[in-house]
Formats: sequence, C-alpha cells, structure tokens
Amino acid sequence: MTTFIDGLSLGSIYALIALGYTMVYGIAKMLNFAHGDVIMVGAYAIFSTLAVTGHPLVGVLVAVVICTVLGVVMEKLAYKPLRGASPLAVLITAIGVSYLLQSIAQLIYGSKSRAITLGNFESIKIGSVSISSATIITLAVGAVIMVTLTLFVKYTKVGRAMIAVSEDRGAAALMGINVNFIITITFAIGCCLAAAAGLFYLLQIPSVTPTLGSMPGIKAFTAAVIGGIGSIPGAMLGGILLGVIEKICLSIPVLAPYTTAIEFSLLIVILLVKPIGLLGKKRREKV
Amino acid sequence: MAMLEVKDLEVYYGVIQAIKGISFEVNEGEIVTLIGANGAGKTTTMQSIMGLIPAKSGSITYEGKSINKVPTHKIVQMGMTQVPEGRRVFQELSVYDNLVMGAYTRKDQKEVKNSIEEIYARFPRLKERRNQIAGTLSGGEQQMLAMGRAIMSKPKLLMLDEPSMGLSPLLVDEVFEIIKDFHKSGTTILLVEQNAGKSLAISDRAYVLENGKIALSGTGKELLESEEIKKAYLGG
Repeated sequence: MTTFIDGLSLGSIYALIALGYTMVYGIAKMLNFAHGDVIMVGAYAIFSTLAVTGHPLVGVLVAVVICTVLGVVMEKLAYKPLRGASPLAVLITAIGVSYLLQSIAQLIYGSKSRAITLGNFESIKIGSVSISSATIITLAVGAVIMVTLTLFVKYTKVGRAMIAVSEDRGAAALMGINVNFIITITFAIGCCLAAAAGLFYLLQIPSVTPTLGSMPGIKAFTAAVIGGIGSIPGAMLGGILLGVIEKICLSIPVLAPYTTAIEFSLLIVILLVKPIGLLGKKRREKV
Repeated sequence: MAMLEVKDLEVYYGVIQAIKGISFEVNEGEIVTLIGANGAGKTTTMQSIMGLIPAKSGSITYEGKSINKVPTHKIVQMGMTQVPEGRRVFQELSVYDNLVMGAYTRKDQKEVKNSIEEIYARFPRLKERRNQIAGTLSGGEQQMLAMGRAIMSKPKLLMLDEPSMGLSPLLVDEVFEIIKDFHKSGTTILLVEQNAGKSLAISDRAYVLENGKIALSGTGKELLESEEIKKAYLGG
C-alpha cells in the first residue's frame, strides 16, 4: 500500500512534466527536449532563494516565475524563428537549448551535486500505512494542479483556443485567434508545471545537479507517449502509470535492478500494440 | 473604391509558381465568384488573401489598407473571414463551442448569445445537435456549422471556399440558399466554386481562373452564356 501511494506521488511528478511535453507537442507540434532542464532550472531557483531567504515557499514562487519567463523566452528566441522549418531543425535546436541550460547551470553552480533541505517531513500513520508528509503534499498539490488545468482548458476562452490551435492552426487563425500568442501561453504553462515538478522532485531527492532534469524528463516524455502524445488526460494517466510501475518494481528485489529497463520496455510494447498511445486520438492527416 | 482589391498577385510553393499575377476586385455588396478547375489556384488565392500563405509579390488591399503583411487573426478583426475548403470544423469541440469559437474576436457576450440563437433558427439541425461533438456530424451538417461559425465573427466580407464540395444535390441547393441569405443580410461574398452553373447564377461578377491566371471575367450572366464557359465548365 505504501509502495502504491509512493508510486502515485512519483507518478504525479512525471504527470506534471509530461503535461508540459504533451501540451507543447499538441499545440506547437514540436518536442521540446529542453523541457526536462526547465525542472533543473526550477530546482536551482529554489536552491538559491532558499540560501538567501531561508524560506522554502518564497523559493517555490521564485522558481515558478523564473521557469515561466524561461518558457516564454525560450520559445521566442529559439523556436519561434523556426516556425515552419523542418521538424529535424527544431528537434536539434531543442537539444541545443537543453545543453545550453545545463552548461549555464554548471558555470554558475559547478558540476558537483549540492544538498538542499526543504524542511522536515514526518511520516503520518493512517491505519497500518505510514506515508511521508512530502508524499501527501505532492499528491494533493499535483491533483489540484491537474484538475485546475483540465478545467482551464475546457472552460476558458484561452483554453478552448488551445484546443482549436492544436486541432487546426489555420482554421483557428480564421476565427481570429492569435496562434503565436496561444503557443507562447502554452510554453509558459508547461514550464510553470515543470517548476512545480522541480519542487516535488526536491522533496523526493533533496540534492541539485546540472543534469538532474534529464532522467525525469525522459521518463515523463515516455509517459506522455504511453498516454498518447498531445492528449492531456493521456499525459496524466501515462505519468501516474509509470510512477506506480517504477515504485512497484523497486520494491521487488528481483526486479529492482531492471526498473528503468522495464519502464522503457513498456513504451516499446505500447508503441507496438497501440502506436497512438493509450488515450491518443487518431487524426485525419491533411493532404 | 473596391472593398477588396487584389493586384498582380503571385504566390509560390517553394519553387513552383501557383499564382501567376492575378488581379481582381470585390465591391461592397457584391457576390463575386472565382471559378476554375482543380489546381487552377482558387484555394491558394483565398489563403493568400487571408495571410495563411505569404504572397511573393503583388498587393492585397482591404478597405483601402494593404493587408499583405497583416497576420490572419488581425484580418479577421478587420471584418473579413473565410469558410475554408473541407469545412475544417473543430472535431473535438461541440457544435455550440464551435460557434463560440467563431465569435472569438467579439467582446459583446450578450450579443454573441443572440447570434447563436439566430444561427440555431436558421439551422435547426445545429440546434438539435448543439451538444454533440462536431466530428460526429454528417458532411452536410459540418458544412452548415462551418458557415454558421464563420458568420459568428460578423464579417463584412465573407469568403467561401468550395462550400458545395462533396454534398448531395439537395444540400448543394441549400448551401447556395444560405449564401444568398448571408448576402441579403448585408454581407459581401467572395465565393470559390467548381460548381460553375450554380455559382454564376447567383453572382454579380465572376472570374475564371486557369493555371494560376485569370482567363476570363464578366458578369455572372455573361459568363453563364459564354460558349467557352459552357464547353469547359457546364458540360456542353
């Protein structure tokens, strides 16, 4: 039971990152491989603010602001000039941005891993199950963010414009929707979620390194593809599924060393059986 | 002064020239049609006017302002929009939400509600299916929705790209009736059609597009009676 709840908690971290991947893919039609590194930027932002102010909540706020601005700047400087360019050029640029962010972090903070304390999180006993309060915070805040995002996309004007742009950019423009603005907003939201993921990551593993975003980034990307890239509920499902599987595998001694292999094999199996992902939609390809 | 004036427009896809210097105009209150075979450049012309495909050279002027470099969403705000070829309704949104999307540029929420009611009155089928996801509608219903959605932005000039394509003869008649209705309520119309007979019959003026050039032009009536048109587009 504890394993399962830990899995849900890790899963919501993956889900938050996967949402950024999937929304940007759905709307800008590109894979932002630098997305994992935004988590790292968020983590360092928390690390630095904590060192200066000593207050974790301020750190979180600063991280959210910095990551959101980073998302907008990244899109404007690196990706917008490439709109309409070949997908390969955009992909290579994204990888370049990823290395750029990692190198900047290394220049500022060095390559050594630094420890960080966000406070003491005691375990809470519910019946026979003991759960860390960090896990509970992750689960609760993660759930609130995901519900808010779903409602935002469904019921606000900008949210519906996002659905319209992801479905048909040209037709959306004909409605008077500023497509570039919607893409910028999407990057901002995605990176804001990555900042939250950065915080939850630090609650699980309390140390920062310039490459800390790589693995969760790749795992979350896997989760997004398993759930069906471009689908918001898909990213949530994929993320949570992957988190639970990871924790279950880690809790079984025979499987533990192969955890990552099992996760990526799951991706291969899904791609073979249902290439569009669990909740992916078939799209008419336009001629 | 013409409401919309296109002068010496040239459009390329990569190295291939699709539009080879065409000029035409639409005056306020008119129905103007571009007819032509597949690949003549009709859709390209329409998309270029709306800024969806960049023009290589030439000028596009709407109400006296050059709109060559104006982004699509701003052109919509200026009072011009388009029912795109192949309808392109938002498949994942409901009928109602599609209509709301059409009013994206409007701020008057109460009036938007009224406009939706007007559209429901004109298209009872859409009212019946207002909560249905647009992707589940029939082709004809999707065309009605695409037309209703476009009129939701209250355009002064409405362009329709092949609205009768792929529809049964009965629905084709219905589509032309709707275009006449829109026109009567004060909307200027620029129509692109392969159905030359029906479109020329409702047009004030028309242009015939062949291989990216304007081959003929005249009033709807003149072209309907022209021998060349009869041979090439009206089946004898």
